Parts: sequence; structure tokens; C-alpha cells
Amino acid sequence: MRFLLIEDNADLARSIRERLEMDGHAVDHAPSLGDAEDHLAVARYDLILLDITLPDGDGRTFLQRHRAAQADTPVIVLTARSAVSDRVDTLDLGADDYLTKPFDFAELEARCRAVLRRRGGAATTLRRYADLTFDPLGGFVTVAGENRDLRNRELRLLEVLLSAPGRILSKDQLNDRLFSLSEPVSDNAIEVYVARLRKKLEGSSARIETVRGLGYRLTGG
Amino acid sequence: MRRPLRLPATPRLPSLRKRLIVQLIALSAGLAVVLYVAVRLGAERASEATLDGLLGAATSTIAEELRSVEGGAELDLSPGTFSMLAAMGEERIFHRIDINGLPVTGYDDLPRPPQEPTALEPVFYDADYRDAELRLVAVARSLMIENRAAPVLVIVGQTRDGQRAVAQALANRAALIGLMVFLIAIPFSLLVARAFLRPVGRLAEAVGRRGGHDLRPVRHPAPAELMPLVEQLNAFIARLRQTLSQTETFIAEAAHHIRTPLATLRSEAEMALRQAGDEPTRARLRGMIRATEESARSANQLLDHATVLFRAEQFTQERVDIGAMIAALADRFRPTADLKDMEIRLDLPSERLETTGDAVLIEAAVRNLIDNAVKYSPEESEVAITLTRDGTFARLTLRDHGRGLGGETLATLSRRFRRGPNVGGVIGSGLGLTIVLETAAAMGGRLELTEHEEGGTCATLWFPLSS
Repeated sequence: MRFLLIEDNADLARSIRERLEMDGHAVDHAPSLGDAEDHLAVARYDLILLDITLPDGDGRTFLQRHRAAQADTPVIVLTARSAVSDRVDTLDLGADDYLTKPFDFAELEARCRAVLRRRGGAATTLRRYADLTFDPLGGFVTVAGENRDLRNRELRLLEVLLSAPGRILSKDQLNDRLFSLSEPVSDNAIEVYVARLRKKLEGSSARIETVRGLGYRLTGG
Repeated sequence: MRRPLRLPATPRLPSLRKRLIVQLIALSAGLAVVLYVAVRLGAERASEATLDGLLGAATSTIAEELRSVEGGAELDLSPGTFSMLAAMGEERIFHRIDINGLPVTGYDDLPRPPQEPTALEPVFYDADYRDAELRLVAVARSLMIENRAAPVLVIVGQTRDGQRAVAQALANRAALIGLMVFLIAIPFSLLVARAFLRPVGRLAEAVGRRGGHDLRPVRHPAPAELMPLVEQLNAFIARLRQTLSQTETFIAEAAHHIRTPLATLRSEAEMALRQAGDEPTRARLRGMIRATEESARSANQLLDHATVLFRAEQFTQERVDIGAMIAALADRFRPTADLKDMEIRLDLPSERLETTGDAVLIEAAVRNLIDNAVKYSPEESEVAITLTRDGTFARLTLRDHGRGLGGETLATLSRRFRRGPNVGGVIGSGLGLTIVLETAAAMGGRLELTEHEEGGTCATLWFPLSS
């Protein structure tokens, strides 16, 4: 996905950007509303991440202008303000969602997906591997054309495996992507989900291999 | 929670109206007395002066009319002199004529003047004579008797009973007038006091009607004397408003300055965790992330709590569609619940349920309840949110399959920073329920927490329905 990140704090912006790029997203950073307008004039984005307190104005003003101009790029507000009311009025002004800083990247991704799914706007890129088809946004999977019903965690696990097929992913790597980093995770949690995913993908030529002592690997026949 | 503002009792002075009436009446009583005294003295003086004039004129005429004759003097009173004396009223008249210092006619013992009068300049004086107070006048002239100038002294005395009676009658009338002035002044004072204080009363009423939460400046017309008071009141209101808005700004800015670096910290730690391979480093990074999350959450709830207290004081009243608000909030929590493969089931009534209060507070309360339910529930469980009508209340129930209350009660759990013994590793601030409870109290609602027999918690929040 292509993000426009409007955030004036340079450290935070760099960090968010690197973190999103690590997950394979493209990110343009605008440190002010003026820069944001420049970026929007020349490029199309799947999502805008908008800070409220900016050097050349209030993010809410941008939001109003953005909506008044009939621009349909979804906006997720990243607010650092507390006033309970801020959260309400950003939604009233046309934000698709908001997150309070600091936020969990897993939650940011979840919210981005939810917003894009709701908007139905962004063109989904179907991922294919062996006889698997995976729609990360719509969250459905087919095995040889046959629909399989996966829960959210199973979908995320499949997504992580699909992002690096053939490579060994450690339990830790999978844990980090699947579970909240601030909550304790039991050691065998990932084994449980791998077992479930294997069951859901039964009959597929793609298989999840256990590499003893190292982790898991997605292989396709 | 709304607490009435208690101020120390203001010392109370007697009412302005009473004071004004008392002063006006005292003033009119004083004026009536002054009027009485002035009329009485004036009348006395005037009648005395008139009578003195008549008496003096008559006596002078008598002195003029003395003619010297062989071996003595002769008095031939003209009719004018008689009529002058008759004009003096029902008084007794005494006279004495001395020639060469010896009484020749009249009452020999009539008192002589304190000083000798000069030629034709009469001397008036008072004296007691034969049990009566006399007003006397003495006139001197000289008469040629046997070719020698002989000094003649004419003294005429008159009782003043009639004059006194007239003066008394006049004084009585003056007293009556004074009393009437006084009696008329009483209702007049009442009217004046009322008319005078009307602008004060209107201003006081206009200010009193506003209520403690109206922070608009007072625009009611006020008399010039009260303008300093109104201006000070307005300055005070403006200061209060500024302080309140500074508090709001402070809360927002404090949040901003705490959260932005925390967000950077968390983001960096997440990245470091993704790149770290060895277990001790990973454990440390996880600890950092947890601490970040914990401080962010505490800051968040503390500031939310401050906002809730601040807003509860503002007492905003608006109609809120509870069902729509809950639906929107539940949607907001779905992505979070999805991360734990949790289901949020919503059961809303077909009718629109409205409550009256501060939408921001109500939102904060409901959000905290949903947050608790999602946070303390196990993976792949379900939170059921139900809204129903319950008499004059809307009843919101949140049923989760989480860890329950751990034997604690609402009273202990809703204490600030108090968390149950069974929170495990779940991050929280211990302020969520406090916020819910304070909101419920501010709007006349109620909160109940029960543990379900099959496990999990059931939180019920009642909102009074708008009438």
C-alpha cells in the first residue's frame, strides 16, 4: 500500500515510515500541511495518516478541506491529544478512523485494512502461491478455486508466510507479527495457529513445513 | 461528579430598600419639624412686629398730641389714635406720662424702660405688671412748659394674650402641615425607594437567573453606579473562562507532549524487536514496549479523567442517541477485537433511545466499558452488547467471557488506580471504571458490575431517558 504520512515530529515520522516500509509499504512523508498538499497534487495514495498538531495548521482543517474537495483517499488520524472530544470531532469532520499515539502497528494495520475494506476503494492485489489465492484486504483464501474460511489470526499468519515464501521464519518473528507486543504470549501459541492453518489449507499443494529448531517455512509443490 | 460549590457565608447588610425608606422617612420627619418651628417662629415674629408697630405709632401720636397749657400739659386724643389702639384687639392697655421725671397721669407704677428713649425714637421692652406680661413702649419728647423745656416720657403697655393665641393657632396649623407633609412622605418614600432600586433588582435577577455555568458576559443594562460592579463581574467571568480554556488547552498539550515521544519510543522498540535475534534482548525490548504502553495508557486515562471531571462541571446538556453512539463505538473496537479473533455482538432496539447529557462524557463511559470487556477477554471469545428500554431508563449491558471480577466489588474496583487481583498481564490504569462511575453520577445514571455464573463479567449502565 502507498501511504502519505503527515507528521511534524521528525523522529516519530522516520520511525513510522521505516516500520511501514519494513512491512513492504511505500511511504511519503510530509512534515507540514503545505508539503502534504504538494504530495497530493502529484501522487495518489491508498491511505493518509494525519497528525492533528502541525506547524502550519490544524490537521482538522486539512481534513475539512480534503473532504470538501471530494477527495476520497481514506484518512486515519493519529492523534496525540487527549481531549476525549477530539476523537469524536475528527470522525465528524470526515476521518475514517483514528488512533491515539502511541499505537500498536498491528492495530494500525488492522485499522488500515478495515478502512480500505469499508471504502472498497483501493484496488486489491491478489496474492497467488501454488494453488493458493489470498486477498489480504477482503480476507479470503481459496485453495484450487475453493473458498476456505479463515479467522483473522490465521489470515495474518498466512500473510506473513506468503510475504517470504520458501524462507524460514522463526517463532519469534511470527509471534511479533501475530500477537500484541505488549501482552505476554505463551510459547506454544504459534504452534497452535500453525496447526490450525495447516488444517484449513488441507488439500493445497502449498505446505507449512516445520524446520526443527529454526521455525517454519511455506513451500509449494 | 457534580459537587455544589460551597462558599463561606457572605455577611449580610440591611436591605438597601429598608435603609432608603428609613432614611427618607427620617428626613421628611426632620423637614416637618423644621417647617413647624420655622412657621411658628415666623408667625410669632410677624405678629409681634405688627403689634409693635401699632403700639409704637399710637404712643408716638399720644406724645405728639401733648400740648403745653398754662401750668401743665393737655392731651387731646384724636380719633385716629383711638382706632389705632382699638386695632390691637382684646388687650388691656396701660399708660403713664411723666413730665420732668415725675408721673403726672396713668399708672404711676408702670415699669420704666431699661434705657431712656431719645427724641421720638421709641424704646420697646417687656415687663411683668399686675400678673400680666406686658409689651411696653416708651417715647420721649420735650414740651415747653412755662417757657422752660420739660422732658416728657410717654409709656404705653399692652398685654399680649390675643397675640399669643393667634401665634399658637398658627403654630398648630404649622404642626398639622408638618404632620401632613410627613404622612405624605411615607408612601412617597416607599414609591421612590422601589423606583430607585428597580434597576438594581432587575440586574440582580438577570445575574441570578443565569446559573453557575453560563460564562457569557453580563449584558443587562445597569445604572452608572453599578457599572463598576458589572464590569468587575464580567472581568471575573472572562478570567474564569480563560482559565477553563487554558485547562482544556493544557490537558490537550500535556497529552501531545507526553504521547509523541512515547509513540517514537514504542515504534523504535518494535522495530528493534523485529530485528533482534537473541532472547535476552527480545525480552528487554518487550519489557520496554510494555512500559511504553503502560505509561501511555496511564497518561491517557489520567488526562481523560481530568477531562471528565472538567466537563462534568460544565454540565453540557444535549440529546444523545445512545444506540447510534454504541454502534459507532462498537465499530471502532472491531479491528482491535479482530486482532484477538474476538467477536463483538451488538443487539440494539428498533426504537431510538435518547438521553440528555454531555455526549463526550457518555462516549468516554461507554468506550471504557467496551475497552474493559475487550481487554480482559480471552482470544476468540465474544462480547455481547445489548441496549434495551428499562422504564424511564436505557439499559446498556456488556457481557464478556473474561476473567470476571476476581471477587472484588464495584465499590473497590472503581476506586482510582485500583485494579482487580486477576488482571494478569493486561495493561491498565485503574481509572476506567472511575471514569464510567463519575460520568454515570454526573448524568443521574447508575453502574452495576456482576460476575456471571458461567464466568465473565456483566456490566450494566443505566442512562435516564430524555423526557
